[in-house]
Amino acid sequence: MNFDFTEEQIMIRQAARDYAERELIKDVLERDAKAEIPWKHIKNLTELGFFGMMVDPNFGGGGMDTMSYVLAIEEISKVDAAMSVIMSIHNSLACYGIERFGSDELKKKYLHTLAAGEKIGAFLLSEPEAGSDATSQRTMAEDKGDHYLLNGTKNWISSAKSGSIYIVIAQTHPELKHKGINAFVVERETPGISLAPHEDKMGMRSSDTHSVMFTDVIVPKENRLGEDGFGFKLAMQLLEAGRIGIAAQAVGIAAGALERSVLYAKERKAFGKLIIEHQAIAFKLAEMAVKVEAARNLVLKAAWLKDNGKSFRLASAMAKLYAADIAMEVTTEAVQIHGGYGYVKEYHVERFMREAKLTQIYEGTSEIQKMVISRELIRE
Amino acid sequence: MSTVPDTTTKIRFAGDGTAFDVTGVQWIINPWDELSLTRALQLKEESNGAIEKVTVISVGLKETEPVIRKALAIGADEAIRIDTAPLDAYFVAKQIAGSIKDDGFDIVLCGIDSSDYNGSLVGGMLAEFLGIPSVSSISALNIENGEVSVNREIDGGKEVLSVELPFVAIIQKGVALEPRIPSMRGIMMARKKPLNVKAPVEADSLTEMISFEQLPAKAACKMVEEDNVKELVDLLHSEAKVI
Repeated sequence: MNFDFTEEQIMIRQAARDYAERELIKDVLERDAKAEIPWKHIKNLTELGFFGMMVDPNFGGGGMDTMSYVLAIEEISKVDAAMSVIMSIHNSLACYGIERFGSDELKKKYLHTLAAGEKIGAFLLSEPEAGSDATSQRTMAEDKGDHYLLNGTKNWISSAKSGSIYIVIAQTHPELKHKGINAFVVERETPGISLAPHEDKMGMRSSDTHSVMFTDVIVPKENRLGEDGFGFKLAMQLLEAGRIGIAAQAVGIAAGALERSVLYAKERKAFGKLIIEHQAIAFKLAEMAVKVEAARNLVLKAAWLKDNGKSFRLASAMAKLYAADIAMEVTTEAVQIHGGYGYVKEYHVERFMREAKLTQIYEGTSEIQKMVISRELIRE
Repeated sequence: MSTVPDTTTKIRFAGDGTAFDVTGVQWIINPWDELSLTRALQLKEESNGAIEKVTVISVGLKETEPVIRKALAIGADEAIRIDTAPLDAYFVAKQIAGSIKDDGFDIVLCGIDSSDYNGSLVGGMLAEFLGIPSVSSISALNIENGEVSVNREIDGGKEVLSVELPFVAIIQKGVALEPRIPSMRGIMMARKKPLNVKAPVEADSLTEMISFEQLPAKAACKMVEEDNVKELVDLLHSEAKVI
């Protein structure tokens, strides 16, 4: 087993770290307070090549492996997880979805734009009554011969506004249940698409989340991804990949909280000595460090499996479940270590705690990950 | 370009205190050299093709190549590595001079010092060995219509000089805001750019390291009430022993 990163992977991790520590840190608190989309950073990170970094260079992408990608996501998330979720959805759902399942024509039409980061991608699966239960899609994509007609509402759509190339999941053959579901590439500018006001979220506030309404939206036939009825499988396979990104994000949030806690504990004194010299705090930090490292290793394993063409369903579910859960634990302890300071925004750890919570919910809740994992166990 | 320990490295000395302990050290581009590279790349971009290429030159063993490739990832066109350990400033300046004296170049940019040994000697020595002028402590370097001007920080102000080519520009803070972050494309291209390895020239090292010492640990800060002048004077006299 080789635990060494390549020279390129190290450089990419450092590039992401430099950007986060130099630029994202400057306005992360303000964007969080105002729930502002990080347009400037999206542009800069696009210029650096982080949007579309795994896409084949023939389509203008960076040609980087998943390992490099998770290292970058972790570094960005250490400072600003709202930024990293925009990056994660773009790369591991939108770009990967079209690259893996799109026809040559669709790749030509959309992949260059996405790989160059000229347009940002979003993934529209959840509905008011179809969250974890993704089979009960109510959004309809009626087959009208030469086109599909989309009607319905999608909920909790990250990057609904910053993104303009959507992968939309909808039902075409209700009688076939989940085998009648399709996936489409839809441009947000298409007539009939409207956005509800943004969701006023607890955390990840600088990432834009909206409901998206479709009213008689015409989608060209050639914009369907994969065979007729492949949409549900596609969504599940995309989420398997997407989970690696979210797991890396959760590791980043936890690692960021740990770093800040160690620094704080080395500065803050109580009862005449640094708090890191109190065993109650030192042991907390030790436990946090072990959890972060274990979660990171699960993420890297999942990324490695994906890079080597092996099945990563179980690994990505385990990584996401564990990383999200420890992110919640570690950030909660980080606030505890900071005491009153931890509860005010200036010290960042309360934001990490709010951000961590979402990693247990989106792209499959922790409970859904347990379903995926236990099903794999039953199958074995 | 020097390869130096990351600026957050915990400094330890090996054995009898005559060498720097490199165990577990992360190596980076010397920050002043990185700033020099950043300005060189900006000048090339602003020159509309008048500046042909930016070459990075470094004296070091094979282990320094990842750091050199980072310079290529940031945007240098090619690199030269002189295959020997950098023994001291005289030795390094000799190596660089030996390597580039017959190459066509206009400006050699080098950082004012390397953040490990802080010698501030290579730039001046290099100019001397090449028989060309050098300007030290440059805080701005501009080229307009082929005319090169530099700013130098001097006591209480700045000095603006017009310089003839070729020359050695010894760079300090100000020439560029901050070093560039390499892009994914740059990182991908770095391995495809030339990194030429040259044999060292015959040169002596003129220094011998006798010993290193750690700085004494900082004493704890003592707070004195603002109206308690007597205590302050007593402490300055009896503890700090400065009055």
